Amino acid sequence: MRRGAGTLAIVALAAVLLGDRAAYAVDTTQMPTAELQARYSALTHELRCMQCQNEALADSPVQLAADMRGVIRDMLLAGKTDADVRAYMVGRYGDFILFRPRFNLRTAWLWLAPGALLLLGAVVAARVVRRRTALLAGDPDPVDEEGRS
Amino acid sequence: MSRFLVPLAAFALLVVVLAIGIRHAPEKGVIASPLIGKPAPQFSLPDLGNSARRVSSGDFKGKWYLLNVWGTWCYECRAEHAMLLEVQRAAVLPLVGIDWKDDDSEARTWLTQLGNPYAVVAVDHSGRTAIDWGVYAAPESFLVDPRGIVVYKVTGALTREVWTRDILPRLTAGRVTGS
Repeated sequence: MRRGAGTLAIVALAAVLLGDRAAYAVDTTQMPTAELQARYSALTHELRCMQCQNEALADSPVQLAADMRGVIRDMLLAGKTDADVRAYMVGRYGDFILFRPRFNLRTAWLWLAPGALLLLGAVVAARVVRRRTALLAGDPDPVDEEGRS
Repeated sequence: MSRFLVPLAAFALLVVVLAIGIRHAPEKGVIASPLIGKPAPQFSLPDLGNSARRVSSGDFKGKWYLLNVWGTWCYECRAEHAMLLEVQRAAVLPLVGIDWKDDDSEARTWLTQLGNPYAVVAVDHSGRTAIDWGVYAAPESFLVDPRGIVVYKVTGALTREVWTRDILPRLTAGRVTGS
């Protein structure tokens, strides 16, 4: 019973702390149109804060991130495309600023390796299964029926 | 025999991949600047020493210079300062300071108290110039050649070791080839 009350208190506290998340948002920038707001939000979420390095620009409370968001806002307001903004940032901070690395010769292995490894695993698994199946079929004296299923 | 050969080969491959990764890993936490080999970003900012004047990237055309990004809020900059004064005394090239996101009067006090190693200091209140140069943490220094090309970047404090190993050889090499 007391344990239940404790849990309830924690849930209530969490609800209070997390309830109005907008009020705690790092970035309160308002763009003039919904379309610009969506693009601004997408860009600040896909670009890395270079000071914290594992946070997106949108989530980082440091001054540099705020300044970089300001650059993005001004570029969008000036009519620049998303590609322009990405090119500007990559030109200064390198590919590292992109949370999703672009596909090029240097990053090809990064994108292709997981698929290749999965394929390799599938081939190995298929070979093992086929060999074991052949072994079972060729067994003249199965130990028991259940072992076969 | 082949039962062990395949896993062993796979393990050897893994070792090779990881060894290459460790060998090629950049210095801890340092991100290579894509500006190396490219024209230095343009700027025009107020002069800390004389607010009526402006400092522009064009002022240094045809000259080597070391652009140093600093701020009075930056601990590492205080550690670096003695080396900057040494660079000034060596009189090999001018130091151009970018006072990044700082208070002007505090910056002036800093230079009065610790000594002023800079030929000129430009004030970057908005932080836009620093972003243009791809700065992510002060201090950072950029070596720019007479053609206005960024030749080298120092992330973190400029030390005597970096100066003699990475900067001086580039300067002399540049002069020999007449650039």
